[in-house]
This record gives sequence, structure tokens and C-alpha cells, in this order.
Amino acid sequence: MAMALRTIGRRTSFLRRGFSSLSEATKAPTDGKLINLFSAINQALHIALDTDPRSYVFGEDVRFGGVFRCTTGLADKFGRNRVFNTPLCEQGIVGFAIGLAAMGNRAIAEIQFADYIYPAFDQIVNEAAKFRYRSGNEFNCGGLTVRTPYGAVGHGGHYHSQSPESFFCHVPGLKVVIPRSPFQAKGLLLSCIRDPNPVVFFEPKWLYRLAVEEVPQDDYMLPLSEAEVIRQGTDITLVGWGAQLSVLEQACEEAAKEGISCELIDLRTLIPWDKETVEASVRKTGKLLVSHEAPLTGGFGAEISASIAERCFLRLEAPVARICGLDTPFPLVYEQFYMPTKNKILDAIKATVKY
Amino acid sequence: MAAAAAARRLPAASLRQHRPLLLRPFASSSGDQQPITVETSVPFTGHKIEPPSRSVETTPSELLTFFRDMSLMRRMEIAADSLYKSKLIRGFCHLYDGQEAVAVGLEASITKKDAIITAYRDHCIYLARGGNLVEAFAELMGRRAGCSKGKGGSMHFYKKESGFFGGHGIVGAQVPLGCGLAFAQKYIKEGTVTFALYGDGAANQGQLFEALNISALWDLPAILICENNHYGMGTAEWRAAKSPAYYKRGDYVPGLKVDGMDVLAVKQACKFAKEYALKNGPLILEMDTYRYHGHSMSDPGSTYRTRDEISGVRQERDPIERVRKLILSNDIASANELKNIEKEVRKEVDDAIAQAKESPMPDPSDLFTNVYVKGFGVEAFGADRKEVKAVLP
Repeated sequence: MAMALRTIGRRTSFLRRGFSSLSEATKAPTDGKLINLFSAINQALHIALDTDPRSYVFGEDVRFGGVFRCTTGLADKFGRNRVFNTPLCEQGIVGFAIGLAAMGNRAIAEIQFADYIYPAFDQIVNEAAKFRYRSGNEFNCGGLTVRTPYGAVGHGGHYHSQSPESFFCHVPGLKVVIPRSPFQAKGLLLSCIRDPNPVVFFEPKWLYRLAVEEVPQDDYMLPLSEAEVIRQGTDITLVGWGAQLSVLEQACEEAAKEGISCELIDLRTLIPWDKETVEASVRKTGKLLVSHEAPLTGGFGAEISASIAERCFLRLEAPVARICGLDTPFPLVYEQFYMPTKNKILDAIKATVKY
Repeated sequence: MAAAAAARRLPAASLRQHRPLLLRPFASSSGDQQPITVETSVPFTGHKIEPPSRSVETTPSELLTFFRDMSLMRRMEIAADSLYKSKLIRGFCHLYDGQEAVAVGLEASITKKDAIITAYRDHCIYLARGGNLVEAFAELMGRRAGCSKGKGGSMHFYKKESGFFGGHGIVGAQVPLGCGLAFAQKYIKEGTVTFALYGDGAANQGQLFEALNISALWDLPAILICENNHYGMGTAEWRAAKSPAYYKRGDYVPGLKVDGMDVLAVKQACKFAKEYALKNGPLILEMDTYRYHGHSMSDPGSTYRTRDEISGVRQERDPIERVRKLILSNDIASANELKNIEKEVRKEVDDAIAQAKESPMPDPSDLFTNVYVKGFGVEAFGADRKEVKAVLP
């Protein structure tokens, strides 16, 4: 049985097709090249550094290209003064980035794995998020963008797989953005860098090489705080972000075979999140399911669930379902059991629709 | 502990058969304990402290034990390398080969009541602390028989009865923990100390200095050992630290720089450090060492340093070769006997791997155990979170 579960849990290379049901509004315009996620992020960083001479990229091991190749070529093109390595000190990296941003620069700090972001948690929550507020708008660190890879990767274990996005969603003053694909990542990252608020940008590390999509070479931005309906449906609304969307999409396909029409929404920005789009969708379908890799209790699904229950209480036909990681530390060998897999989501879709 | 050490040593009888004629009578076993004085490769350098002498006392049996233990560790790490490449070990695997002298020398100078805490490059320290080879391999492969029941993996080896506190993934986080252990030891008053090991990359973490300050303020018996293998993952020490003289970084806390590839120097320094710390509070030891593998199995280890550098260190400073030369030049054993030890060690490792492979994966219900103390009623759900619900014991 364990073997079967393992096979079920394994992600397929679905994403190589790209999202076939991409809504027309954000379809890549022209002159796109097929590239993967880390190349898209790399392009975004190149453009950001090109267009603003006061922008900087730094973090652990970024000069040679970074452990995930997101920063390749930047040091050669823009020089050591703008693209540089820091010692191994996350708190120092972010604190330093906040200072740089406070002087009007765009500081793009990289935390090598989201699992290591906790020493910097104080700086992000207490310094970055509240700077504008407590100085009465005299100072701000809007130029701060913290980029970090998050999420399960198949064998990451406790400290290379965590999804800490919900900790940061609890902090007014911050923005949290998570892309689902290369095209989204480039546009969203450029928006984050240019947004006048401090942003934490989580990159789904599973998709760095796996997700391949047509991405235009030019400079384009995607709007923040706007969710995107990537699949229209009528029976149930599914909400997710990042790598989890590919799993949700697979579940949608399977559900469609059983005659259940699912509407899939990519939240994209977690705070401030697009309540209106989700509400409009739930008013159409009457049912909601949220799925994320982070543990169930206190995950961002809880916020979405409570907000929608408030707004759509009389319209809801079933309790909001949350299919998330289990309430345990991210396990070593049990990853397939821990993860919110396609089958778990499918079962919940059916249970919710038949409530 | 003595029994375990004796078990690992060659039986004295077979040794005497091959030893060339000596002035001492053969019959006495005191030959194994005859003290030999060896000079360390380089003198110690002290920071705000008078360094110990370069002359180290050792015995033939101790040198043989060192040789065997380090060969065992070297073999284990190389075997782990091939297991990883054949995907039996998954996840992250950080190998310690090249640095064995630190683990072995440290262990030789302390008791099992002293505590050791380290970061993720912990396989050999686990072994030095009396860890079981089968349990080590089982843990690496994520099996039930592993020392952490298969739930920790390569980075999380522990051994409570020998005072080995692990095994930590987050860089630098183990140092304040180590100082806390020392704090407790000071209360227990059994003349024990804590050795908190960290790397040159972690030396730039702020929490280290916080822990040092507290330890110095309260005179805690904490010894911080910086295993300086000169590369923090792929970053050379001079690129990460303004002052790569890590033994001086304690400022008001004295420090000692030690050749970490010389097991006798390590032993001398740790013995000295333990005596010092019990009387005066914290001390920093910087072990100048080197790792042959990359940072982890995902790192080839050759993009940020030349192969010449690696082979140069291997030729000139390898810890096992150094002990081998000492043994041969002091006529403690012949080259053949040493080769036999290596063969035995190889077999021991192969047997352990075979045994570890037989252990099954942990039971899926183990996913939920030990999140909290037993009895806190963790709920487990079926796939749909509605139909099937169970409260775990």
C-alpha cells in the first residue's frame, strides 16, 4: 500500500505543457521563448538591474549564479558592487537590505531556502513591515524584496521543504507573492521589485527546472493583489498558489471526468489578497476548497476560509474544505503521506460537491 | 566505553607475532601502553592564552585505535557516497572525510559524560561517541533501525547515553544550544564540559556571539570548536569573513588555533580546553581542517577549489596517513598489519550496510508520533478529511 501511495503522490511532468487553460487576459503576447522558472526569474532580475541603476541583488552564493541558477550572469553584467555575496547570516542580510532600501534603493535580498528565513523574521516583521507606519511616512523600505525558494521538492526533508508563507501573511505592512509558472514569475517579480512596499516573494523550488513556458523577452509586469481564474467551472471553486496549482489542476481534470466542473483560482498575492475574485467565484459555485503545502492549522487556507464564510455564508452549500499538509514537522521519508496530493484533493472535491 | 574501545583494538597477541625484536620482553602487555612522545605538526597559536606544549604523550595502542577509528570513519563516508549515488540514501548527505582527526582526537580527550553538539556533518562524530555503524547506515537510508528511527536522516544523528546532542540542520543554531548544555552542566557539578562544534560559515552567525557573551559572562564550561575547512559551502573563508582568524573572534574569550588534521594535536588541545573551561569559562578552538568531498553530495566540490588543492592536502596532511607514518616509524605495527586493519574495517562497513538494508522503512503511523509527548491526541485524516478520522495514541 505504501508503494501505491508513493506512485500516486508523485508529480508528473504535467507542467511541460504549460497551463492550457490560461485566461486570455494574461496570455503571453508575442515573441515568447520556452524557458523554465529559474531562467524567467533570472530574466526578471536582469531587467530590474538594467532599468534601475540603484538596484542590488545579494545573498548567499548569488555571484556564481546561486544554488538554483536564478542569478546567473548578473555579477558579470552588472559588477561586483551591485551583485554580491553575503556571509552566512540571514538576519544580517535582511537587516542590511532594509537599510539599503531605506536610502531609496531597490534591495533584492535572497534567502537561500525559505527554511532559513527565521533568523530574519524579526527584521522582516518588526523592522521592514512597520517602518513606514511608525515613522509617519517619513521613512520607508519599500524597495525591499526578499526572494526565497520554498516548498517540497521530493527529498528535501525538514529544512529544505518548508512553506512558511502563512507566518508572513499575518503581518500588515508586508506583501507576500507566490508565482505558479515562469511567465507569472517574471511579471510578478518585476512588479514586486517595483512595488513601493516591502515584499516577500516565494519561489516554488520544485518548479525551477520542471515548469517550462513561453515567456516574452521584454519588460512586463503583472498586477499584484489580483487573483487569476485559470480555469472556469461551475460546481466548486478551488484556490491555491505556487506549485500546488499543478496538483489542483490535475485534480480538476480527474474531477471533470466524473462530471464535476471545477473553477481554479491562482491567488498570486497572498496579502493583500483578492477577496473579490474569490467571493465572486464562490457566489457562482457555492463551494470552496483551498489547498496548500503548509500545515493545516493556521495555514493561509484558514484565513481564506474564514473570510469567505463571512462574506458568503448564506450562499455556501458545504463547509469550506482545506486540503493541506499535515500538522507535523515536514517529514523525511513520509513526504508522500504528508503532502496534499491529487487524490486527497479529488476525494475532498467529491465529498464537498455531494455534501 | 572501555569495552567498546577494546573491542575495536587489535588483540595484542597477533600484534606481538609480527613485531620486530625489541629490547623489552615480549610477554608483557605493557608494550602497548608504553608512552611515546610525539611533537605536533605545528605549534599551537594562542589568543589571550598561553598555548599548551607541542609534545603529546600517546601509547602504541592509542595510535592503533586512532588509526582504526579514522579508517572506519573514512570507509563509512566513502560507502555513504556510493549509497547516495545509488539512491539508497536520499535527501541531503554531508560527508566528513578528511576531518576525521577532529572527531577522534576530541573523543580521546573527554568522557561520555561531556557533551558534544554539532551541525549537520555529524556521521563521524556520532560514530566517535560510540554510535553503532548499523544504526548509522539505517538512519541514512531512512530505515526503522536507524538511530533516530528513520525520522531524522543524515543531518540528525543523536546519542543520548553518550552525550551526543546531534545533528542540526540550521547553521549556527546549535551553538547557543551548546552553551545552554554547559549551563546545565555547571549546575550538575560533575566536572563535565560541552563542546559546541560549528563551521567557518557558521562563524559569521550573530547567535554565536550572543552565546559567547553569555557563556563568558557566566563562566560556563563551554568550548566552541570552529571546524575551519576553509569553505562555507562554496564560499572561501576570506570571502565571507573580515577576520578568518576564527580563534581570535571571541575577542574577550581566549582562543587556540590547532592543526585539525593532526589527531594528537586535537587531543592535546581538547584536553587543555576541558581543564581550562572547568576553571575559567569558555574557550574557542579553531581546528584547521579540510574536507575532501564537496559541501554535500549535490556539490562536486571542484568548482570553487582546484583538484590540485584537494590532492595536495590529501598527500601532505591526510590525518590517517599521518598516524600510519607514526605507527610505522615507531615500529608499532607493520604496513601489512595496517592493511589488514583497513580490510577488516571495509568488511565491517559492508556488513553493516547489508544489515541496515534489511531494516524496513518506518511504519506510516510514525509520521504522527513524537510531534508532542504521547497522549496529546493528534488527529489523522483520510484522504477527504471528512469520512475517516482517527485519534492517534
